[in-house]
Amino acid sequence: MRARVLIRPKRGILDPQGEAVQRALPALGFEGVANVNVGRLVELDVEDAAQVEPMCEKLLANPLVEDYEIVFE
Amino acid sequence: MKFGVLQFPGSCDEVDALEAARRVADAELIWHANRDLKGADAIVVPGGFSYGDYLRAGAIARFAPAMEAVIEFAREGGLVLGICNGFQVLCEARLLPGALLPNSNRRFTFRQVQLEVLNSGGAFTRTCALGERLSIPAKHSWGRYHADERTLRAMDESGQIVLRYAEGENFNGSLHDIAGVSNEAGNVFGLMPHPEHAVDVSVGGSADGLKIFNSMRMAA
Repeated sequence: MRARVLIRPKRGILDPQGEAVQRALPALGFEGVANVNVGRLVELDVEDAAQVEPMCEKLLANPLVEDYEIVFE
Repeated sequence: MKFGVLQFPGSCDEVDALEAARRVADAELIWHANRDLKGADAIVVPGGFSYGDYLRAGAIARFAPAMEAVIEFAREGGLVLGICNGFQVLCEARLLPGALLPNSNRRFTFRQVQLEVLNSGGAFTRTCALGERLSIPAKHSWGRYHADERTLRAMDESGQIVLRYAEGENFNGSLHDIAGVSNEAGNVFGLMPHPEHAVDVSVGGSADGLKIFNSMRMAA
């Protein structure tokens, strides 16, 4: 099956990439945008769904500073 | 005394680290695929972009065969120095607490910085005086040190915060201006600035980086 892992910076930690995007949007005419966060997407075909979480803990994310969400299709 | 300097695909500062170490002792490169640390008395994990910084800086390097050997070496008390990307690798490997995040100034920054020595009793700064300033270049875009408050307090109490950016020098937003930290046992040390680029006054105007290599030579 296909797993989709969304990795995002933990709330409360400065996200300069998110800030950079947030500052760029008004210059393109998009107003009213706040709280932009930039994360990462990892998609993978797996045989054993139970392995995805340990993959996240060990490699795909850094749990000290990132949260992750696993979605199976 | 011999330094072993790791080399990953994408490392770029391993040769400067090798040459810096050779100013005070013997040194040899250790290729990432080798588990053999070649009898090194101390290990340097160098700067650069190991594995292209793919996924996260240092995230893949921590699993290299050479790093498996370094983790065991560190667990047995061996001296390990992580510089820039090396610091990132050591944090990913959980040999050091905390993590490195994108610079708060949102820029890759390369400039000489003044560091203050907060702990001069350990293996990496014993040739420095407490409160001494070291002039060393910093060269990174992902160097903001982060750990939770409880961890920072514990590190502070056990003298693990070894170097900090002097006032006005913290361009990356590291918490508590932290530039370099050690583990609790004091045998593993990581810093974002590059001591290997400050070993000759005719290049950059400072040889303060040699103090770290000399400290390690004495302590090994």
